[in-house]
Amino acid sequence: MLADKDRIFTNLYGFQDWHLAGAQARGDWDDTKALIARGQEAIIDELKESGLRGRGGAGFPTGLKWSFMPKESPKDAQGNSRPSFLVINADESEPGSCKDREILRHDPHKLIEGALVAGFAMRARAAYIYIRGEYIREAENLFAAVAEAYDAGLLGKNAAGSGFDFDVFVHRGAGAYICGEETAMIESLEGKKGQPRLKPPFPAGAGLYGCPTTVNNVESIAVVPTILRRGAVWFSSFGREGNKGTKLFQISGHVEKPCVVEEAMSIPFRELIETHCGGIRGGWDNLLAVIPGGSSVPLVPAAEIMDCPMDFDGLKALGSGLGTAAVIVMDKSTDIVRAISRLSYFYKHESCGQCTPCREGTGWMWRMMERLRVGDATVAEIDMLYGVTKQVEGHTICALGDAAAWPIQGLIKHFRPELERRIAEREAGDVREAAE
Amino acid sequence: MPKVTVDGTEIEVPNGATVLQACEMAGKEIPRFCYHERLSIAGNCRMCLVEVKPGPPKPQASCALPATEGQEIRTDSAMVKAAREGVMEFLLINHPLDCPICDQGGECDLQDQSMMYGRGGTRYNENKRAVTHKYMGPLIKTIMTRCIHCTRCVRFSEEVAGVDEIGALYRGEDMQITTYLERAASHELSANVIDLCPVGALTSRPYAYEARPWELKKTLGIDVSDAMGTNIRVDSRGREVLRVLPRNNDDVNEEWISDKARYQIDGLLRRRLDRVWIRREGKLQPASWDEAFAAIAATNPGASVAAVAGDLLDCETMFAAKRLLGALGSTLIESRQTGLSYPADNLAAVAFNSTFAGIEETDAVLVIGSHLRWEAPLLNVRLRKAARRGAKIFLIGPHWETTYPAEFLGEDAQLLHSLPDHVASAMQGAARPAIIVGAGGLAVGALHPALALGAGWNLTREGWNGFNVVHMAAARMGALMLGFAQAGGVADFARAAPKVLISLGADELDHAPFAQSLKVYIGHHGDRGAAAADIILPGSAFTEKPGTYVNMEGRVQFADQSVFAPGDAREDWTILRALADALGVSVGFDSFDQLRAAMIAEVPALGQAGLAQYGALPSADTSVRAEGRIAYPIKDFYLTNPIARASVVMQRCSAELLHGEIEAEAAE
Repeated sequence: MLADKDRIFTNLYGFQDWHLAGAQARGDWDDTKALIARGQEAIIDELKESGLRGRGGAGFPTGLKWSFMPKESPKDAQGNSRPSFLVINADESEPGSCKDREILRHDPHKLIEGALVAGFAMRARAAYIYIRGEYIREAENLFAAVAEAYDAGLLGKNAAGSGFDFDVFVHRGAGAYICGEETAMIESLEGKKGQPRLKPPFPAGAGLYGCPTTVNNVESIAVVPTILRRGAVWFSSFGREGNKGTKLFQISGHVEKPCVVEEAMSIPFRELIETHCGGIRGGWDNLLAVIPGGSSVPLVPAAEIMDCPMDFDGLKALGSGLGTAAVIVMDKSTDIVRAISRLSYFYKHESCGQCTPCREGTGWMWRMMERLRVGDATVAEIDMLYGVTKQVEGHTICALGDAAAWPIQGLIKHFRPELERRIAEREAGDVREAAE
Repeated sequence: MPKVTVDGTEIEVPNGATVLQACEMAGKEIPRFCYHERLSIAGNCRMCLVEVKPGPPKPQASCALPATEGQEIRTDSAMVKAAREGVMEFLLINHPLDCPICDQGGECDLQDQSMMYGRGGTRYNENKRAVTHKYMGPLIKTIMTRCIHCTRCVRFSEEVAGVDEIGALYRGEDMQITTYLERAASHELSANVIDLCPVGALTSRPYAYEARPWELKKTLGIDVSDAMGTNIRVDSRGREVLRVLPRNNDDVNEEWISDKARYQIDGLLRRRLDRVWIRREGKLQPASWDEAFAAIAATNPGASVAAVAGDLLDCETMFAAKRLLGALGSTLIESRQTGLSYPADNLAAVAFNSTFAGIEETDAVLVIGSHLRWEAPLLNVRLRKAARRGAKIFLIGPHWETTYPAEFLGEDAQLLHSLPDHVASAMQGAARPAIIVGAGGLAVGALHPALALGAGWNLTREGWNGFNVVHMAAARMGALMLGFAQAGGVADFARAAPKVLISLGADELDHAPFAQSLKVYIGHHGDRGAAAADIILPGSAFTEKPGTYVNMEGRVQFADQSVFAPGDAREDWTILRALADALGVSVGFDSFDQLRAAMIAEVPALGQAGLAQYGALPSADTSVRAEGRIAYPIKDFYLTNPIARASVVMQRCSAELLHGEIEAEAAE
C-alpha cells in the first residue's frame, strides 16, 4: 500500500481547504520560480526519466510528447511567429472515470501550477483548460482557483516571479463525449462542431488555431510539479519497468466501498480491491468480470484479472488496457449482456457522425446488442456482430470507433456461451408458445 | 519527387501528392464519396481506404495521406477489399432502396460504387433511419434520408461560394445536413451542390422526375447568361432542352456554373417567337416569310440600314449581319445596346487580360463599378481565392455583399482621381496588382482614368497584365472583334435615322429614338425588342444553332447545336442570307461553313480556339475625367436576358430570393 508520505494528491477527498492558502500549506506553489529556473530541457529530461506516461488512457510518455513541441516558434506566411499552446483535457466523460473531477474540485492549484510549469517546458504562450460541461461545481472551483492564482501573481505577466508570461483560460464544454478526443477538443475550442480532425498533421505541428499544441490529461499535468520537486528517482521507484509512478484508481461497481484512491502503478488487482474497497461484494467467488480502464476497454473475466498487475502492460497482456484506470467491477448479479449493450448505446449516442463506419456502425451494433440481450437473434448473428465490430475497428478517423467495438469484442470473446444460452432459451420459449 | 509503389508498379509522383492521387496516376481507381479535387479534404466517407506500408497495420484513408518516398501501396489486397465492402455496407444500411424513383439513378456514385465494390446482399435486419426533407430554396430538392454525410455541399458553400449557408446538425446517426434555419440557399452558385452530391439527397427541383440520364442527348455548349463563356453540357430529349450541366474547364469555369446558366433553360420553351409577324395598323399580325421580306424590300432602304446586336448572339450571326449591311453600303453596326460608348479601337483595353485563372494570383485589386457576384459569379469565385491567399480588395461603387474581406471606398467616380493613400500604396507595393473595370465604371467614363492609374502602378509587367474589363454580355467580345462598335454608340444611330433598323435580339435597346425606322426584330423571344418591332422574323436561341463565342478574356470557344428551333423559326444566319436576296445584294456565302470561313478570313482569331491576342494596352488619355455616381446595370440577377425573363424558375428565384416572397407549397 502506498505510504501517505508518497501521495501526490494529498487533498483528494476534500478534507482540507482547496483554496490557494490551503494548497500552499500542502506545498503547492512552493518556489515555482525555482522549478522554472531549471530550464525547459531539464524539466523535460526529468519527466522522461520519471517514466510518466499520459494518464488520459493512451499512455504515451509525457516527456516525449512535450519534446515534439517546436523549440523555435514557427513563422506564418507573413513572417509573424506563431505561439504554441497547451490544452488540458478536463473533459472527463469516459464512463467509470472520476479522477479528474477530484483534482478539479479539491486540488485545482496542483493543476494550475502544473499548467504553468508544463507550459513553460513546452514554450507555450497559454494553457486552455477544457472542462466537461456537466462539471458545474468543479468549474466554479477551477475558475476561482485561476482567479486566485492571477491575484497572487502566480499567472499572467511574470508568472510566479519567473520572468515568464503565461495565461490560463478555462473553457467549459457543452457535454459531448467526443470533445475529449484531442483534435475534437481543439475544434470545439475554436468554436466549431466538435469533430475529430484527420491526423497528420498532428497537434504538435498544427493544433489550436493552426499553432503547435500539446493536449494533456489533467492528471498528467497535475503530477508534474511534485515529480520535479521530489525527483524522477522518487517517482520511478513505484511500479514496474515502463509503468512507473503513482496513479489515481477509480473503483466502481460491485465492491464494498467504491472509491478513488492514489496507488502505486502495477499494484495487483486483488490487493487494490482488498486494501481500498473492502473486497468484492459477496466475496471473490462472486466476481464475474472487470472492465479495468473505463468503458472503452474490453472486459476481463474474473479468473484472469484477479492477480494481474494494474498497469499498461499487464492489462494489455490480457487483451484489455489500463485506460484511465477506471475499474468497473461486476459481480455475478450483473446482466453482462445488458451492461455491454448499455455501453453500446453510449457510443451510439456519442458518435460525432463524421465518418461512416462509426456513424452507421455504432447504431447497428447497439441494435444487435439489444436483441442479443433478450436472445432475439440467431447464433450466426453473433459472428456477424463480431464481423461488424471488426468493420468499424481501425477504419475510423478517431478512436471512438475502436472504443465502441472493443467492449463487444470482449463480450463475445469471453461470454459467448451466455449469448448462445439466451438465444437457445428464447427459441425454446418460442416453441412452447407456438404449441399453445 | 517521391517514388511509391502501387500494386507492384513503381511510379514517381509530384511533391505534395496524396496516396489517392498516386494511385490514380498508376491507373488504379480509388472509390470515394467525400473527396473532391476542388474542395478541402474531409476524409470522412472512409471509402478510399488502401493498405500502405510502412504504417499501422490497418487500412489508411488515401485521400488524406501524403505520398512519401518508398511507400508500398496496395489497392487490391484482401484487407482493402474487406474495408471497401465494410464501408459500402455501412453506407447502405441506412440508405433507402428507392433508386427506381430517385433522380440520381443512373448517374449516382453510390449506385455505381456499390456495384463495383459492395457485397451482393445485405445483412442489416434492423429498421432504417428516415430524415425529414429540408427546404433549400426553389432550385434544390432534398431527400435527406438518402444523405451519406460526405459534407461536400457544406464544404462547397464555405470554401468556394464563401457563404456559411449549409451545415450539419446533431451528431452520430442523427446527424443531418441542412441550411441555416432551413432558409433557401440564396447565392448565385447554390445549385452546384446538386452536381457535387454523390447520391440523390440534393437533386434539381425544376428537373425533378423529368428524365433519366440515358434518355438524354448530350451536346457541348457555351453558356450565354454572362460573359464568362462558361462551358456547359446541354442535355436534351427530342426538341426539348431538359438541363444544363457544367463541363470541366480549369481556365474558365473550373467545374461550376451559375444558377442562371443552369436554370434559365425552361425559358427556352416559353414566350417563343415561332412565326413571322408584321405590324399592321398598330397590331402585330401573323404573316409569311415572303410578305415580311417584301415589306422590308418595299422600304427600299439603300444604305440607310442599321443593325444592333443583342447580348446572346454567336459571332456567325453578327458577321452575317455585318456582311449584309456592308453589301448595302452601311457601317452602322453596334452591340452596346444600353448606350455605352467607351472607345473600342484597342481591344486590349476592354478585355479581361489577367485571365480568370490568372486573377487568382493577384495580391491587390481595385474593382471599379462592378457588382461581380451578379455580373460574373464565377469570376467572383476566383477573386475569393485570391482574397483567401491574402489579396487586398478595394471596390468603388455602391455596397454589395462580398464573399471575402473587401473595402468599399465610395460611390463617386471622382475617387479615381483622388484615391486614399492606403489604397494607392497597397496597389503600388503589390507584386501583381490588378484593376477590374465593370459596366458601372465604363458608364461614368472610368476606362481612361483606370488606364492612367494602371500605368502609374505598372500593371503590365513580366508575365502579368493586371488591366481588366468585365463585360456582362456573352456576345460582347465577339461583337467588338467584329467591329460592332461605333464611336458614339447607339446614340449615333438615332441621329443617322436609318430607314431600317435590324435588331438582332436587341432586347435591352431603347427603341424610342427609332420611331421613324422600320424595326425588324430577328430573335427568339417575345421580349422588349419584339414588342417594339414592326416586323418579327423568328430566330434561334443559343441551344438551337452552332456558333462561335468569345468570352471577356478574349477566349474563342465553339458551341454545337443541340435542338431545333420551334415552329417557323430559323437559324439566324439563314434569315439574314434570305434578307440579302430580298434586298437584291450578295453576301458571299450560301452555307454555314462558307459563312464561318468568310468570318475567319476577316477575323482570323475567331477560327482558333483559345485566347485571342489583343496586343499592348493603349496609353491613357489623361484628359478624360470620370464623373458621377457609379450605379450597377444589373437590377435583378435572375432576370438579365430574354430567356431568363421567360423562365418560370428564374422568376421564382427572383421573387423568392431577391424580393422575399414566400411561395406556398401545396400540401402533398
